[in-house]
Amino acid sequence: MEKGYLDMELLRFTTAGSVDDGKSTLIGRLLYDSKSIFEDQLEAMKAASINRGNEEMNLALLTDGLRAEREQGITIDVAYRYFATPKRKFIIADTPGHIEYTRNMVTGASTADLAIILVDARHGVLEQTVRHSYIASLLGIERIVVCLNKMDLVDFSEEIYLKIKEDYSNMAKKLDIQNYIFIPISAKFGHNVVEKSDKMLWYKGKTLLDYLETVPIGHSVVKKSFRFPVQHVIRPISDQFHDFRGYSGRVASGKIAKGDAITILPSGKKSIVSELYFAQTQLEEAYAPQSVTICLKDDIDVSRGDMIVKSEQLPKLSSDFELMVCWLREDSLQLRKRYIIRFATQEVFGMVKCINYKLDVNSLEQIKDVDMLKMNDMAKITLHLSEEVPVDTYKENRVTGSLIFIDPDTNDTIGAGMIVSIK
Amino acid sequence: MGQDYKITHLKELESEAIYILREVAEQFQNPCILFSGGKDSIVVTYLAYKAFYPSKLPFPLLHIDTGHNFQETLDYRDELVKKLNARLIVGSVQQSIDEGRVKEETGYSASRNKLQTVTLLDTIEKYKFDVAIGGARRDEEKARAKERIFSHRDEFGQWNPKNQRPELWNLFNGHKNEGEHFRVFPISNWTEMDVWQYIYQEQIAMPSLYFTHTRDVFQRDGQWLAALPFMKLKPTEKVETRQVRCRTIGDVTCTGLTLSTAHTLEDIIDEIAATRITERGGRADDKRSETAMEDRKKAGYF
Repeated sequence: MEKGYLDMELLRFTTAGSVDDGKSTLIGRLLYDSKSIFEDQLEAMKAASINRGNEEMNLALLTDGLRAEREQGITIDVAYRYFATPKRKFIIADTPGHIEYTRNMVTGASTADLAIILVDARHGVLEQTVRHSYIASLLGIERIVVCLNKMDLVDFSEEIYLKIKEDYSNMAKKLDIQNYIFIPISAKFGHNVVEKSDKMLWYKGKTLLDYLETVPIGHSVVKKSFRFPVQHVIRPISDQFHDFRGYSGRVASGKIAKGDAITILPSGKKSIVSELYFAQTQLEEAYAPQSVTICLKDDIDVSRGDMIVKSEQLPKLSSDFELMVCWLREDSLQLRKRYIIRFATQEVFGMVKCINYKLDVNSLEQIKDVDMLKMNDMAKITLHLSEEVPVDTYKENRVTGSLIFIDPDTNDTIGAGMIVSIK
Repeated sequence: MGQDYKITHLKELESEAIYILREVAEQFQNPCILFSGGKDSIVVTYLAYKAFYPSKLPFPLLHIDTGHNFQETLDYRDELVKKLNARLIVGSVQQSIDEGRVKEETGYSASRNKLQTVTLLDTIEKYKFDVAIGGARRDEEKARAKERIFSHRDEFGQWNPKNQRPELWNLFNGHKNEGEHFRVFPISNWTEMDVWQYIYQEQIAMPSLYFTHTRDVFQRDGQWLAALPFMKLKPTEKVETRQVRCRTIGDVTCTGLTLSTAHTLEDIIDEIAATRITERGGRADDKRSETAMEDRKKAGYF
């Protein structure tokens, strides 16, 4: 067995692009050139392409799985794709690019470390490029790769590359987006995707796959304050583990060691970490994103929904915040309606007190005097909860700063929110 | 521990799956694990054991028995149940046939695979399970690539692929009405390779069917199938003896066997790394149409 199999890291990324930017072709190319497409999938795709009268092999048919998508030739929903190279394992959240699918991009971006934004080299920076970049940065994605696709259709021109790069950089400055790079590619012919292009010798940077394999994966989450939303209390009630009482959950951020002084929120009670477990294994230290079990020195009341934090790193306790929301469903957001708000491992009731402004996702203009939100709308709102909860801003912490709206009438997930400020 | 807070892909996937399983325990009243005896449901059961240690496994195992089993699967199942001191519930497709709930397919490619759906839904209703935890993975099939980790089923047990609940961050919404249920897939983000690497890393005991063995087999539509007594052979098909192993384990009638000499977990990992056919490539049930899996899932299949 080759070494390294058990020692790979995981990179989650999302892809955004409009209908004709060649996004599905790019993903197909990544899977194909990295040999992650199997023969039977290839056969099925070829057969399906011929059935549809496509002259060339339609790589998009690899990713569009649902009947309605295949019939209409469009991507409806976020699809998750997997591939691995000897260096890394990748999870792609492939999201449709139409304007009406803003919610899908938000969904795909919510779990991604990196975003690939496709720009058609013939058209340059468009409204949708602004939209995709804004959403990626709003969702806290640390790195953006701008792929200038279809370079084959602009004679692999360096001049065009430089022009688009300049336009994008100007836009990024306005949106306060940092950490982005440009790669000129042709997904259709495989230039600079996996193999280096022989037509763009002026480009000295990495190929897309090379970049994805080597970009540092954000361990910054371990450097942040320790946050541990309690998920489940483990009490075996057996002879062997008679007095065992452990608080299990996934470390949202930071790290914790045996002997650390902790505070339980919202009660404010204090204790000290006596033991740390990962299943049967005792740990000296635990860190994000591990799922562990914490035992405390004192016998105090801790239950699901509470948060364990280090005593010197307390978050704010509040019931009022400002959020950026993306509305996900046909049922519009109504002011003062009672919604179930789920965040971390807790649910409380909440109501929207006001819509500060709605955002035009293309011009990024703020629209005032709005009293309802429809599907795919993005807005800044003021939310009031039925009780005080420990929270961070989304910028500080993607786990303890995010929440969803659940409609108690339909049980559906209808909105997604990111905490901007805490009152 | 050093200052390097890296986490390997297997550890990250493991922590994610454990988080999902603990959410299930908290968000539902009466969960069960769909246990087929295949590697994916074995890994899910193992992860559930880890998630609640030192408590006992809090979910019963539900096996939908088509009656067309490899004996090794049943032996493995019973041993695991004993080892974990778990509860086992069996839903029998034969019983559904006997009671007239379903009609057996006829012909050479007859399979009880589709019939399982009725038995599964009946059993879920009988035991009032409000969630069934499954080992399905998104890399297996293109319809599954779009399925949520917390996947809602209406009162008819149906999946609605066009109107799924949005799933963001790690915020899973298990709210539902009376009579509806959920399917939850903790290893959605794992690939076949991840599963085997994890089995190797954890040294999980596996059914012998996954390793090479000598068996009476026959070839149909380019696939090797086991020549067990209930398999109906066409006149042109002849039984041969070969060195094979299972890449997936399901109902015998639709489980394709791979010619293989893989003796150990390392051999299997090497074999998968070199292979050019997906594991479901050996499943006759998926070959019925381009969207066979989606159509079955809509009706309530696993």
